[in-house]
Amino acid sequence: MSEVLLEVTDLKKYYPVRAGVLRRQVGTVHSVDGVSFSVGAGETLGLVGESGCGKSTVARSVLRLIEPTSGQIRLDGEDITHLSKTALRPHRRAMQIVFQDPFASLNPRMTAGDIVGEPIAVHGLATGQALEARVAKLFEQVGLRPDQMRNFPHQFSGGQRQRICIARALALGPRLIVCDEPVSALDVSIQAQVINLLIDLQKQHGFSYLFIAHDLAVVAHISHRVAVMYLGRIVEIADKDELFRNPRHPYTQALLASVPIANPLAKKLAPLVDGDVPSPVNPPPGCAFHTRCRFAMERCKTERPVLMEAGDGHQVACLLNDGTGRSQ
Amino acid sequence: MADTSDLVLDVKNLKTVFFTNSGLFKAVDDVSFTVKRGETLAIVGESGCGKSVTALSLMRLVSDPPGRIVGGSIMLEGTDLLALDEAAMRKIRGNRISMIFQEPMTSLNPVIRIGDQIVEAVRLHRNLSTKEARNIAVEMLHLVRIPEPARRAREYPHQLSGGMRQRAMIAMALACRPALLIADEPTTALDVTIQAQILALILDLQKELGTGLVLITHDLGVVAQTAQRVIVMYAGRKVEEASVEALFAAPKHPYTRGLMASIPAVPAPGIAAQERLNEIPGTVPSLVRLPKGCAFAPRCKLAVKRCEAEYPPLADWGGGHLAACWRAADVAEVA
Repeated sequence: MSEVLLEVTDLKKYYPVRAGVLRRQVGTVHSVDGVSFSVGAGETLGLVGESGCGKSTVARSVLRLIEPTSGQIRLDGEDITHLSKTALRPHRRAMQIVFQDPFASLNPRMTAGDIVGEPIAVHGLATGQALEARVAKLFEQVGLRPDQMRNFPHQFSGGQRQRICIARALALGPRLIVCDEPVSALDVSIQAQVINLLIDLQKQHGFSYLFIAHDLAVVAHISHRVAVMYLGRIVEIADKDELFRNPRHPYTQALLASVPIANPLAKKLAPLVDGDVPSPVNPPPGCAFHTRCRFAMERCKTERPVLMEAGDGHQVACLLNDGTGRSQ
Repeated sequence: MADTSDLVLDVKNLKTVFFTNSGLFKAVDDVSFTVKRGETLAIVGESGCGKSVTALSLMRLVSDPPGRIVGGSIMLEGTDLLALDEAAMRKIRGNRISMIFQEPMTSLNPVIRIGDQIVEAVRLHRNLSTKEARNIAVEMLHLVRIPEPARRAREYPHQLSGGMRQRAMIAMALACRPALLIADEPTTALDVTIQAQILALILDLQKELGTGLVLITHDLGVVAQTAQRVIVMYAGRKVEEASVEALFAAPKHPYTRGLMASIPAVPAPGIAAQERLNEIPGTVPSLVRLPKGCAFAPRCKLAVKRCEAEYPPLADWGGGHLAACWRAADVAEVA
């Protein structure tokens, strides 16, 4: 993973909270609060976290679907953070997104073929029969039959609809596909089909994924590297195997311990954290996790830990043991 | 099996159908099971397999029309719920049998305080003054480990987090100490750390109160960590039933086996990560046009001619391990 495709530096996205008749600003949602990461060419970076941790906001900011408050997004070395809409347009071809809900992200009045062909037509890459041939090829690539091009979204099952979304994302030959919870709405047996498809497509085309999910097992399966987010910040980032074998941040450890294992003989569920995620409107000072952390110290309440190298590209933001987050 | 005195629930040949414009849906087709005191029975399956309709049938909450329970019996502590009229059923619902749903926000009344909603449930079934009922409500909120229960009782549902709301639902469901609790995907809408808390809570309370529990879920991990016995449903039918250990050690039905192979595992020391997930080809069939034989046959690697022609009966493979498959004996050979 030598070549860096996407580089995000200190990304922040704040939303104002307004109240009262005059809609005065009464607070700020710190949705994404200083996130930095990079995705290599042909690499899959998994982004996990619980609801409200800002993972979808990161996904959308990276694509400039929402404007970040501050920070820098570099695609292929070029800073795209402040490009105008027209200047951004050629870059849009390089980055695509697949959303969670294949029922809501497809226009119900367009045929599946038109949905997949639209980006090609918009960018003026093909028309008429050439367009149709390209769409037919995309349908085959994602495991749909070309004769299904004339069908409407409601005639497809959930898994097939997600395949249409994937075909649409592939249409412009992207280098980065952002997947925002692409399999969460699907049944287990269908989920496996879609995950296998995503992995196969990456092997064929060599593009990168920014793969966002709340399901650790799914992320573990598809990713090369994994970043864990908590309340708008990345708390740990490492190679997949390293992260799951040797989780260093107490939050990552708690997340892993909370996943119910499909083996009745394996250790029983032991919730390692109490309470709920605090509100991102007034995130706790210091380490945002200190309110739920088993190892919280006095320092954690005031000092904000930064991501520090803990060996082998394993980075962790924790004050325990001088930032290595080792709990024992 | 065990003596029948500690049976809380005994469901026999339950059949629930829906009359729709596109035809007759057999949502639950000839399903039987039992739950003992303090036991957890998990019902697993994918969307549309009939697991939620089974739960609603037990509560007699299937809306008619379009649905109707057309056969079988549901014995709760010796009373056949299907023979009761609506008034008698209302006395039992929320009292001897209660239910928690997936989405706590849609099952709580948004304009009534949490405590008052529990008071309402308690006073409906027990002859208590408002004050006594209020004490019980606070006690219940304390039991489900809501911090500062007296203050929380005066709050509205929107002031609680998702996990807290589900705790409040559990408090309400258990307020009358029911013999049977039905939990329909109780943690699906929750984050994984909260899910672990809620599951641990449900199991603790069940042990403490001796409630029978029917847990409906699509998550095999949740099943493995919580249930004693498991039913696997596919297209409205029970295709397999076993103790949780037997089921995970050696599933007899190819569908169960396929489901288990298709879930990705969190890598752990000593477990090599799978290269590729095992996929079950195709999709769940429409309940209106079910094949004549085994509903899983079109997706099954082991299917033979007989599977398409005849529905396999549930056969006992020892120790109460039931499976409805003509090829159950050969399942272990195929990875």
